[in-house]
Amino acid sequence: MIWVYAETVDGVPRPISLELLTKARSLGEVTAVALGPGSVKAADQLGAHGAKKVLVHEDAAFRDLLAVPAVDLLATLIEKHKPELILFGMTYEGRDIASRLSARLGTALIANATDLERKGEGYSVISPVFGGSLLVTTVPRTSATPLVLVRPKAFAAEPGGEGKPEIETLTEPVSTSKAPRVVRREKEKAAGPRLEDAAVIVSGGRGLGSPENFGMLEELAAELGAAVGASRAVVDAGWKPYSMQIGQTGKTVKPTVYIAVGISGAMQHTVGMKGAKTIVAINKDPEAPIFKLADLGIVGDVHKVVPQLIEEVRARKRK
Amino acid sequence: MNVLVCVKQIPDPNVPGRLDPATHRLVREGVDLVLDPGDEHAVEAGLQLVEKAGGEVTVLSMGPPRALDALRKALSMGGTRGILITDPALENSDSLSTARAIAAATKDQPFDLIICGTESTDGYSGAVPGQLAELLGLPLLSFAKRLEVSEGKVVIDRQTDDGFDVVESSLPAVVTVTGGINEARYPSLRGIMQAKNKEVKQLSLQDLGLAGQAGKEALTQEVVQVTPAEARKAGTVVEDKGEGGKRVAEYLAELKII
Ligand SMILES: Cc1cc2nc3c(=O)[nH]c(=O)nc-3n(C[C@H](O)[C@H](O)[C@H](O)COP(=O)(O)OP(=O)(O)OC[C@H]3O[C@@H](n4cnc5c(N)ncnc54)[C@H](O)[C@@H]3O)c2cc1C
Ligand SMILES: Nc1ncnc2c1ncn2[C@@H]1O[C@H](COP(=O)(O)O)[C@@H](O)[C@H]1O
Repeated sequence: MIWVYAETVDGVPRPISLELLTKARSLGEVTAVALGPGSVKAADQLGAHGAKKVLVHEDAAFRDLLAVPAVDLLATLIEKHKPELILFGMTYEGRDIASRLSARLGTALIANATDLERKGEGYSVISPVFGGSLLVTTVPRTSATPLVLVRPKAFAAEPGGEGKPEIETLTEPVSTSKAPRVVRREKEKAAGPRLEDAAVIVSGGRGLGSPENFGMLEELAAELGAAVGASRAVVDAGWKPYSMQIGQTGKTVKPTVYIAVGISGAMQHTVGMKGAKTIVAINKDPEAPIFKLADLGIVGDVHKVVPQLIEEVRARKRK
Repeated sequence: MNVLVCVKQIPDPNVPGRLDPATHRLVREGVDLVLDPGDEHAVEAGLQLVEKAGGEVTVLSMGPPRALDALRKALSMGGTRGILITDPALENSDSLSTARAIAAATKDQPFDLIICGTESTDGYSGAVPGQLAELLGLPLLSFAKRLEVSEGKVVIDRQTDDGFDVVESSLPAVVTVTGGINEARYPSLRGIMQAKNKEVKQLSLQDLGLAGQAGKEALTQEVVQVTPAEARKAGTVVEDKGEGGKRVAEYLAELKII
């Protein structure tokens, strides 16, 4: 029996939850745990992605307090049901909960997973190291339930469950002592689709030369209905917010097309985007490592290539 | 206010890492070891707090004896004293052992705030701070890109996928900071000289009362295999002779993006 910690927002599962369920159902019988107000509304969709059973608890504490209430509840549930394995997303929420829980249970916490396999009685977990150039296989060595943190986009979410799941509504009292409280949520305004969902991403690096020059990428993105991403060099320089960073210490993306503009293609960047279906790179240095993984590479100056590209896209759209 | 900052020494992240194919361990020979750049932001955050509110910053590291260099760097930035947890039995510990050792080292000297990096640059599991908070029974305020302490309360701006959440809790607490929280200072020459004479306490597993409960003898997981990942194949690379933008547009049209 495999458990998936299913993150939801106002009763809507986050994409990572559906990704985890899709993988989990190929490994065994799956139970999802969904916490917070409205979580019962998520049950059908969790079922449609592979959860046979969904445990829900609708207390507002799971939404308003960080980690502690979820850890308390999960620790009790694990003691009672003894699942073989629990999958969490390697997200802000998943990491906080899984790390605390692993210390509570004295169990293995395996992070950065991009794949899992059944191995004899247990499971082995595969994670990339050194910018994804090597894959490391790790096995848990504890008798307690091991916890695995899976990177977003490691698996594609696909429906394919057996329909309506069994729902168990939990009502045990929730502890609220000592947990940090969320007092306000701020959203940074971003035009266009989210990086995580976009079919096309236009991403800029230091080769753009200045923050102002990012304007042309935004223009291009608007024409293509694309999201705009950035390399860490650009984020560190303060040109763009961290929420746009792609790579090892930023987001992992898997668009249909990724257009890298003025990005050298360092391992720590490419680990976050090499799952794209097609990659286009524009860079003036023919030796830039990004060309080693680009399906189409243009050796040229961004100031010439990008404006022409925008013009050409507009011209083709007018036709 | 008494602040503890946890810092890790890691192989220079600008040099591509290698694993020993036989032992599956990181090759450390011939690679410079540095204070994790992510943890420099944690040190800086601690220093800024005590500069405002008074108090001291203790820096702690678990590692081999030469991790002392990382502590000296943190002390040269302005830390007051250091703690080095070092024991041959801790070699290749997993994160839970690291957290246990750090937790045990804080037992007889309570801190108002413990600051960590969100994740180490070499391991990037980000597991230690949450485990530490749990073992000490303290709140964890994670992914802070702003940190403020006043009137016995800690408030952070916590990074999210599309902005940030303002999160608060009582003290004492554990906080993890992101690289965006501050510019870490460079040690001054005076700071470097002073750091040489600052107290660094060394602790073994025995000293911590953890013999047999951390490190080699308490591994929760094991690496059983290391294999090269499949590389993506390169496609066409063309030089821009005035048609580069058009060529990309053509390709996007072939892909039915436009
Ligand atoms: C532990 C660690 C984690 C990291 N995590 C990340 C991460 O998550 N994401 C990330 O992106 N990086 C990450 N990095 C940093 C990474 O190693 C690179 O330093 C970074 O990706 C470089 O960004 P860049 O390609 O924009 O800049 P540069 O490497 O400076 O490359 C700029 C490129 O632009 C080209 N160029 C310059 N001018 C022009 C022009 N006029 N026209 C066309 N091309 C031009 C140059 O040829 C060059 O290839 C990490 C590093 C470490 C050590
Ligand atoms: N060996 C160590 N000694 C001291 N602090 C550590 C050690 N390992 C991890 N930490 C702290 O925990 C944070 C996250 O590291 P990790 O969980 O290893 O990704 C680091 O940024 C440090 O603040």
